[in-house]
Amino acid sequence: MLSLPNVLAGIVLVSLTAYVLFGGADFGGGVWYLLASGPRRAQQREVIAKAIAPVWEANHVWLILAIVLLFTCFPRAFAVIAIGLHIPLTLMLIGIVLRGSAFVFQSYGGGGGRVFATASLVTPVLLGMCVGAVASGTVWWGVRDGSFVTSFIGSWLTPFAFAVGVFTLACFAFLAAVYLTLEPKDAQLQEDFRTRALLAGLAVVVLAAIGLAVFPEAPSVHAGIIALTAAAALTAFWSLWRRRYRIARATAAAEVVFIVWGWAVAQYPYLVPPDLTIVDAASPRVTLELVLTAVLVGAVVLFPSLLYLMRVFKGNRALKGRLGDDAHP
Amino acid sequence: MSDVLAARSQMAVSLAFHIIFAVIGIAMPVLMVIAERRWQRTRDPVYLDLAKRWARGTAILFAVGAVSGTVLSFELGLLWPRFMELAGPIIGMPFSLEGFAFFTEAIFLGVYLYGWEKVSPRAHLLAGVLVALSGVASGIFVVIANAWMNTPTGFTFANGSFSNIDPIAAMATPAAFPQTLHMTLAAYAATGLGVAGIHAFLLRKNPTSAFHRAALTIGLLVGAPAAVLQPISGDIAARYVARRQPVKLAAMEALYETRAGAPMTIGPGIKIPYALSLLAFHDPHAVVQGLDDVPRDEWPNVSLVHLSFDVMVALGTYMALVGLWAGWLALRKRDFATRRSFLGALAIAAPCGFLAVEAGWMVTELGRQPWVIFGILKTADAVTPMPGLIVPFAVITLLYCGLAVVVGVVLYRQIIQSPGV
Ligand code: HDD
Ligand code: HEM
Ligand code: HEM
Repeated sequence: MLSLPNVLAGIVLVSLTAYVLFGGADFGGGVWYLLASGPRRAQQREVIAKAIAPVWEANHVWLILAIVLLFTCFPRAFAVIAIGLHIPLTLMLIGIVLRGSAFVFQSYGGGGGRVFATASLVTPVLLGMCVGAVASGTVWWGVRDGSFVTSFIGSWLTPFAFAVGVFTLACFAFLAAVYLTLEPKDAQLQEDFRTRALLAGLAVVVLAAIGLAVFPEAPSVHAGIIALTAAAALTAFWSLWRRRYRIARATAAAEVVFIVWGWAVAQYPYLVPPDLTIVDAASPRVTLELVLTAVLVGAVVLFPSLLYLMRVFKGNRALKGRLGDDAHP
Repeated sequence: MSDVLAARSQMAVSLAFHIIFAVIGIAMPVLMVIAERRWQRTRDPVYLDLAKRWARGTAILFAVGAVSGTVLSFELGLLWPRFMELAGPIIGMPFSLEGFAFFTEAIFLGVYLYGWEKVSPRAHLLAGVLVALSGVASGIFVVIANAWMNTPTGFTFANGSFSNIDPIAAMATPAAFPQTLHMTLAAYAATGLGVAGIHAFLLRKNPTSAFHRAALTIGLLVGAPAAVLQPISGDIAARYVARRQPVKLAAMEALYETRAGAPMTIGPGIKIPYALSLLAFHDPHAVVQGLDDVPRDEWPNVSLVHLSFDVMVALGTYMALVGLWAGWLALRKRDFATRRSFLGALAIAAPCGFLAVEAGWMVTELGRQPWVIFGILKTADAVTPMPGLIVPFAVITLLYCGLAVVVGVVLYRQIIQSPGV
């Protein structure tokens, strides 16, 4: 179990999970920006933009780390995915470009809020579709049966992949709404995000249940992990209901982690089902050893820096700082 | 348009777009840190204004650099899966290290841009220094990967696959030193003179502005020394190319026949006797290999590589002269801001560094053709089997054209047109 390739596959999964928890929530924030409504519509948008601005680029690097580690440690898996999912990945990249650049433009008064919000809605669906295609084992090496449609479209334009896409969007929106309950000082704004978090949390649960029931290609998730996910989901609902937002944040994150890891465990030992395993795709041992060393050394620098970033902008000090700003406008 | 050509063009557009933002992302934090340090020492509000304004511009450019860099990471696989499958285990190492450099860069940029009131002045300045250092580091790591494509080392190649892989030896590839040196200097020269040039232009219209004076001085402080050193580092690069990639050198110099005492060809017609042998090997009689040494189908596009090389050298010479002029004025303690001719020359130099960077990359990349890994893997054999690549090429090109226009407009409104300058 604890072989070198497995450890590195685990590290790739950790960075992907971190991307979902942090980068995903930034996309979810864009969704709520789009859906801002009611009397406090402008304030909602302001809270969202302020919450995302200092951290989204750091959060985004998790995706880059996952990709770089994937092509270094599992180059064949990267090649298969890049060939078979060329089209949705390219579309997703366009979404990433539009989301990121439109976001800074709107932060600096250049407009672009609508582009930012729309791209935040579409990109997670495409990301989820790629994951869904990989999970269902339809991604193919090159041209299959000589047909363009089967090789490059049929693998990902399926009801299942689309369902995973929508599910991903729901998860991101849920995470964002839960995190956002901790951002505003204003109690009414907090209530706005609480309602949204409850609705999105419900959507996540309903979509997961329907998906597992309807689609035969859905990965068969380990019963223990389903139980853990359900427990996290129930605690998240309870704490949102009781307005215990810190607990809600931790449990919502745990719920999503269990979902991602449930998928990963279900397809183990395959990296790209139906036939590319972790071991088959792995780079030679030297490379894996060096990358592992680099990751360990890098982590020593990375985690304190990330903690510092979060403390400055998301911790108690940040809240105090913000109150201080109000005292001296 | 064939699929390989479409893929090559898409790669070229994406890289040519990204490099502008990368160059600014490497050098701009240095300028901001200098301005902030001066504000902390002198308490002259001009410097604080400058640091804040530069920080706003950098925030916009950095975001575009980050997303266009993400596109590139995927494109390596989307367009060249066969290349990545072979090369990933060998050159993944610099890319992984680069990943960590991006992290520190993005984290401390967040602190720098949004933390003016949230962290202590010293922590704020330190965050800026860390952004500057990790920017250089990330540039160096990618360029090492590219240097390996030019002079691949650290493996045994047989029957279409690599064995005895040694990623450390691959990172110590011979082209790594000259290329990283030349690229890092290029970033400082292009951005430093770019900033100085813009403010020189504005000073000519408004000669009393303390703001533009301060900006001009800091830009020159970073840009002028780099511009003066750049031809020297270019000469080092050229001598490595002469030894390791003689065909590329022959294309750069449009030298069709192998000969001793080779002349230098400038543009289509002018020839300087012995100059090429002298420059490439520091010996007027050295034998320089010509294009005739390899079969015709292994030639790069000679006219484009030659033209790009001449453009880079011409721009580099001009920039170095402007840098020397600045140094001379500084030594004699003259005021830059009142010399209209100097300001004019500097304003002309503003775009030169960026054009030279683009031209230099054309030399490196087009000059390596038809190889993606020099001598090992042909570009045409690395391309994805996905058909119709002209479509993503067209889409990405349109996207970037649109983005370039919007970035220009937003920056103009944000930085130049704002009141109080
Ligand atoms: C500010 C930009 C700039 C300026 C002024 C110059 N260059 Fe340059 N050059 C670049 C920016 C650049 C670059 C950053 O675009 C390249 C592309 C790849 C690289 O490592 O640096 C490059 C590549 C490059 C190469 C090819 C290296 C290779 O393929 O491995 C050579 C031989 C030179 N340069 C030589 C020169 C000379 C003799 C210059 C004299 C003035 C010069 N460069 C000015
Ligand atoms: C010589 C060429 C290159 C240089 C000097 C360079 C340098 C940089 C720098 C300094 C940044 C920081 C962002 C910014 O300042 O705007 C950046 C961003 C990025 N670059 Fe490049 N880059 C180059 C080519 C590439 C290539 C070929 C790739 C793809 C493999 C790449 C991938 C990335 C990625 C993923 C980011 C985003 C990091 C973030 O989110 O902060 N770059 N690059
Ligand atoms: C950012 C500065 C760079 C620019 C402007 C640039 C430019 C180009 C151009 C013009 C091409 C097309 C060449 C042709 O096919 O005729 C190309 C191809 C390519 N470049 Fe670069 N390049 C840069 C840096 C890099 C770096 C740092 C890498 C590192 C991995 C890289 C990897 C590649 C690959 C894999 C190809 C495709 C294969 C090939 O055409 O040889 N490039 N680039």
